[in-house]
Amino acid sequence: MSTEARVGHFPAVDWEGGALPYRVGHRKLGMWLFIVSDSLTFSALLIGYSYLRASNVWPTPFPFWPSIIFSSVMTFCLLSSSLTMVFGVSASSKGDKDKARKWILLTILFGVAFIVLHLIEWKHLIDEGMRPFFLPEHWVKVFTTTSGVPPSPLFGATFFTITGLHMFHVASGAVYLLVVAGRIKKLTHEDVEISGLYWHFVDLVWMFVFPLIYIMSVDAGHHLAGH
Amino acid sequence: MTADAHVEEHFAGSNKLFISIWVWLLVLTLIEIFLAYKPMPIYLMLTVLLGLSIIKAALIIAYFMHMKFERLSLILTIIPMLVVCIMLLFVFFPDSFRSAGLRYQFKEQPPVAPAVEEEP
Repeated sequence: MSTEARVGHFPAVDWEGGALPYRVGHRKLGMWLFIVSDSLTFSALLIGYSYLRASNVWPTPFPFWPSIIFSSVMTFCLLSSSLTMVFGVSASSKGDKDKARKWILLTILFGVAFIVLHLIEWKHLIDEGMRPFFLPEHWVKVFTTTSGVPPSPLFGATFFTITGLHMFHVASGAVYLLVVAGRIKKLTHEDVEISGLYWHFVDLVWMFVFPLIYIMSVDAGHHLAGH
Repeated sequence: MTADAHVEEHFAGSNKLFISIWVWLLVLTLIEIFLAYKPMPIYLMLTVLLGLSIIKAALIIAYFMHMKFERLSLILTIIPMLVVCIMLLFVFFPDSFRSAGLRYQFKEQPPVAPAVEEEP
């Protein structure tokens, strides 16, 4: 059977070399593959956290103020930054690079707001006495079970590792977007879209970190209220 | 048939669509915060929260990351492989439950005096 006979089934443009079977450039495909591997990093960390949580007595110490209010506002910042990034990519697809740059700068602003709020929230917890391998004494007292099993001190380790790695991703994303915004006149539309993919991925990870780390650790019974 | 190696520059989706996705994501987040203060068994809460998170993730991937407008071949290359790999990580959980049993079964229950075996 000649190659011509197969053309009807598989368009030559896709499968005969020198073409794009996925209809995306190699850089965009590369970013997708990076996102897949980074998703597995975060999945492994979150599953490791769940493993520890299921095999230990786990404290649930986060109060409505400041932890939940802060993390909710942070979620709002990240979701809004995703929206402004989409507007930036959309403007770039229409060839309006100045408008795209403004939207990307607004995205960076939301990202920086997220990091600042998160660092303030970290400082609250560190001031309470939370460390990667120690819990504050009053938490240990409150969350020890009636049969005398103390809560796992690894609470801090999982919290600081996962939120810290996520914060690092937001920070590197802000630097990446700053470079894209600065060089936007020299970059193609696809380059802008690729930076958007990375930024949305950082938002996507937070959609799992927020419920699993924050919402699942809410002090719903106000056990710590008197301390 | 001409070889057309041109990458699609067109970015589908209107701003109105993206704003409505953003509103949906905010609403789902508010539901999660509300659920945090509803007393319910931890397994039910975990299931509901993860369900909502997966919906949010799907909205972000499909619309913000533009996956809905990509070719099916790209979607099929990336998504199923990722889901299978994450599912494989769940293989560790039986060990987690086992070690919880090893750690706490004697502490959680009052110790029972062992039955004295009598020699025949």
